Amino acid sequence: MLHALANPARFLRLMAAIRPWAAGVAVLGLGIGLAWGLLYSPPDYQQGETVRIMYIHVPAAWMGMFIYAAMAVASATALIWRHPVAELVAKASAPAGAAFTLICLITGSLWGKPMWGAWWVWDARLTSMLILFFLYLGYIALWEAFDDPARAGRAAAILALVGAINLPIIKFSVDWWNTMHQPASVLTLEGPKIHPDILWPLLITALGAKGYYVWLLTVRVRAEILKRQARILRFAAATDRRAG
Amino acid sequence: MSAFLAIVARDLRLGFGAQGAMLTTLLFFVLAVSLFPLGVGPEPQILARIAAGVIWVAALLAAMLSLDRLFQTDQEDGTLDLLAQAPLPLGLVALAKTLAHWLTTGLPLSLIAPLLAILLQMEGDAIPVLLGALLLGTPSLSLIGAIGAALTLGAKRGAVLVPLLTLPLVIPVLIFGVGAVEAAAYGLSAGPHLLLLGAFLAGALALSPLAIAAAVRLALE
Repeated sequence: MLHALANPARFLRLMAAIRPWAAGVAVLGLGIGLAWGLLYSPPDYQQGETVRIMYIHVPAAWMGMFIYAAMAVASATALIWRHPVAELVAKASAPAGAAFTLICLITGSLWGKPMWGAWWVWDARLTSMLILFFLYLGYIALWEAFDDPARAGRAAAILALVGAINLPIIKFSVDWWNTMHQPASVLTLEGPKIHPDILWPLLITALGAKGYYVWLLTVRVRAEILKRQARILRFAAATDRRAG
Repeated sequence: MSAFLAIVARDLRLGFGAQGAMLTTLLFFVLAVSLFPLGVGPEPQILARIAAGVIWVAALLAAMLSLDRLFQTDQEDGTLDLLAQAPLPLGLVALAKTLAHWLTTGLPLSLIAPLLAILLQMEGDAIPVLLGALLLGTPSLSLIGAIGAALTLGAKRGAVLVPLLTLPLVIPVLIFGVGAVEAAAYGLSAGPHLLLLGAFLAGALALSPLAIAAAVRLALE
């Protein structure tokens, strides 16, 4: 299965087959979930209407973490089996993960203004997401730092793995740092159990976001494969010209 | 073992010499810390409150300074190719170079930190803990930093990239390092923080050489 997918042409065919389904899941999930959450779900008894920000904030946070995990798995596959397409999956994932993390940070600060009275609070979760955002940016910057895509891809894969090992430690240390520095003033989701009226639109939106990510991957990986082929053709053409 | 020590000795000679970055790094550290009282004002209470954080952040930044040269000069003059072909495993070569980096940055920086702590009005009881925490934490900075240095070998803008890649990864060292000093300043036990710093170092010591060696090998292909 893994080796079959190492053939870019076969991978492209699979991508083309998945694309419409992923697009369908994305449109239906995001459409239904967001409409339900933003328009038809009940306001929270404490937070009022501001709770609706959560329907964007929480799926974005999940996606930010999920995509980093996906990137780490793809990077490990690329390093261990020298899998050429896995590397491109990791590369194509990074901007999406960074974007979701940024959405999570922005919606978090928008929610923080009415709830905490400040645009930014050094809450453990927000801080961890900020660090995750920095990790994404470092990964993207490393990809951009080399002219040779093969060199860039494997260096970036090593970085993604180092980050994945370190991430739980960072998360733990930030949680601990937070409890040391400020008393628990933060409303957490663990408090009251989530009511089904809130949970369902949240899960449907999250599913839609996953569909969107898969759709984006099928588009971006295809673009990356074509870009590499174009690069090879350009080199070949340049060599021919010199020879002829 | 003799090959390991030979690499350490060679890098130390280069580091202590006139071309070496040791004095510059140390000077940067002292200068960066002395800027803070000018920035936030000379009130002793404020300085005492922020002393641990300021010293640790300055140490993090100072450790980043000379990292980009860690493997680069050796790659430019071909030494790295020879080291990679030596009978010593590449992971141990990396460890030797990292040790030399620590001996020329982390160690002198830790030894001068108590002096800066006094300037910043730190509690007397907290100063030995600061020294211990720095001695335990700065090797992790060199180890994780060496991964960044090896990954950016031959990269465009490598010098700026190394801190960008490394600083997010060493946040736990900062948090536990400051935590140890603050616990001591408030009269609590610094033990748990120091143990966690030690645990982080043990993990970094075991895993970093693998990542550094993989990255160096990649750069030499």
